[in-house]
Amino acid sequence: MSIENNVLVKLNNVGLKQNQKWLVQGVSLQVEKGKIVTLIGPNGSGKSTTAKIALGFYKNIEGNVEKYTSNIGYVPQKISIDWTLPLRVNDLMLLTENLSDEVINESLTLTGVKHLKDKSLANLSGGEFQRVLLARAISKKPDLLVLDEPVQGVDFTGEIELYELIKELSLKLNCGILLISHDLHTVMSATDHVVCLNGHVCCCGSPSEVAKNSEYKALFGEQASQTLGIYEHKHDHVHTTDGEIKKK
Amino acid sequence: MLDDFFIRALVAGIGIAFVAGPLGCFVVWRRLSYFGDTLAHSALLGVTIAYSLEFNIAVSIFLISSVIALILIQLQRKTNLPSDALLGLLAHSSLAVGLVVIGFLTFIRFDIMGLLFGDILAVNKKDLFIIWFGGALILITLKIIWKPLFASTVNYELAEAEGLNPDRAKAVFTVLLAAIIAISIKLVGVLLITGMLIIPTAMARNLSDNPQKMVIFSIIGGLLSVFIGLFSSLEFNTPSGPSIIAAALVLFVFSLLKVKQTIQLKN
Repeated sequence: MSIENNVLVKLNNVGLKQNQKWLVQGVSLQVEKGKIVTLIGPNGSGKSTTAKIALGFYKNIEGNVEKYTSNIGYVPQKISIDWTLPLRVNDLMLLTENLSDEVINESLTLTGVKHLKDKSLANLSGGEFQRVLLARAISKKPDLLVLDEPVQGVDFTGEIELYELIKELSLKLNCGILLISHDLHTVMSATDHVVCLNGHVCCCGSPSEVAKNSEYKALFGEQASQTLGIYEHKHDHVHTTDGEIKKK
Repeated sequence: MLDDFFIRALVAGIGIAFVAGPLGCFVVWRRLSYFGDTLAHSALLGVTIAYSLEFNIAVSIFLISSVIALILIQLQRKTNLPSDALLGLLAHSSLAVGLVVIGFLTFIRFDIMGLLFGDILAVNKKDLFIIWFGGALILITLKIIWKPLFASTVNYELAEAEGLNPDRAKAVFTVLLAAIIAISIKLVGVLLITGMLIIPTAMARNLSDNPQKMVIFSIIGGLLSVFIGLFSSLEFNTPSGPSIIAAALVLFVFSLLKVKQTIQLKN
């Protein structure tokens, strides 16, 4: 870890060109311990590419990446399990790290899917699968979490719940999080710094600053910035993923 | 005891089954069956080189198969042809070149059928040593690379992001495939080695709900195939390779019953 501050990973003016086309260009950002940085932007704006640059997937990038940790948890955007490979949730949890049963149970409980531990991955719904992927990424207590659309396919209340959990985790594990989302208002409360991408950094700052930014409005429409905060109403109960109703 | 040719074949088969099970699982999971075929076909060229230079057959096959694997990786990088076309190109051209070279080596008597389909009489004590010693080395190496190889089989990017070095694991696995082909060629033959890797594994898939079980079942399936195949080879005087593979096929067909049952249970 860099000594003078809590920086885990720092991108200095990075870009990637493939087949004579810039996928993304001129991106600078840094993720610090206990902080959440969110990348937003339309489809094809280079969000995933930027995350992969941060992870060190590409060799021929412009600019440079300073990485100060190797303990990384990753939730990729797309993951498809081949049917020829029989895999249970528990097997997936042990994929990159030898974890104790206790740690596995703890992580699965945090994301609300402990009851699925011995289920085959093929039988999970999209939302359940995302929760398992998130549990897997946090189980090794990483310094840096890279989450590429971690709540896709999760229903709306579950989505907010998971973002709250992600926020909690960043404080509890004191890890830095690089989060990718296509949707600013749901990540609003769970982010410290937003980078809005559209092939380049079109604006960045705190969530409310970005929401007010004219380039952001141009990209997502006036509507998007006005609907912010509308989802802050409270329920008096929550539905856990195994179907129980819990009073708050 | 090892003086009996049948006992030798049996001991050889048991050793091969133990190695083929786990490797076969990765061949199926990573969709490498045609790749395995290509390496196996090139093995014939290895045999001819071994004979003409009076070199150890297993070592020669291992080297040639590794070279073919390297050529394939280069061709994939440098040409626009799809992988299956490149595999076909290498498989058939190396088989053809191997057979042409055999044609030139008129001073040596070749049992072509034995090379292609395995020969129960061909396994000597030295082969047993190579199978068991080489097999142990293969399994130990596989154990070492298991985590990165398995993780990258599930998802390459995840393995790379979390620092497991999937490329190195893949390269080592390719070498292991070349090695198992080298040690099992005498018993199973060039054309049927991939069957030994795949069919018991396919059977195991039908019976398993997790990867460990699948590995264990494919070893058991391989062992049963070897027993049934070799006894019937002795009984009916059939070549050993096809007999073993046919036995594996029968086991696979039986395993389909289990699949049918689970599908019915689901409905």
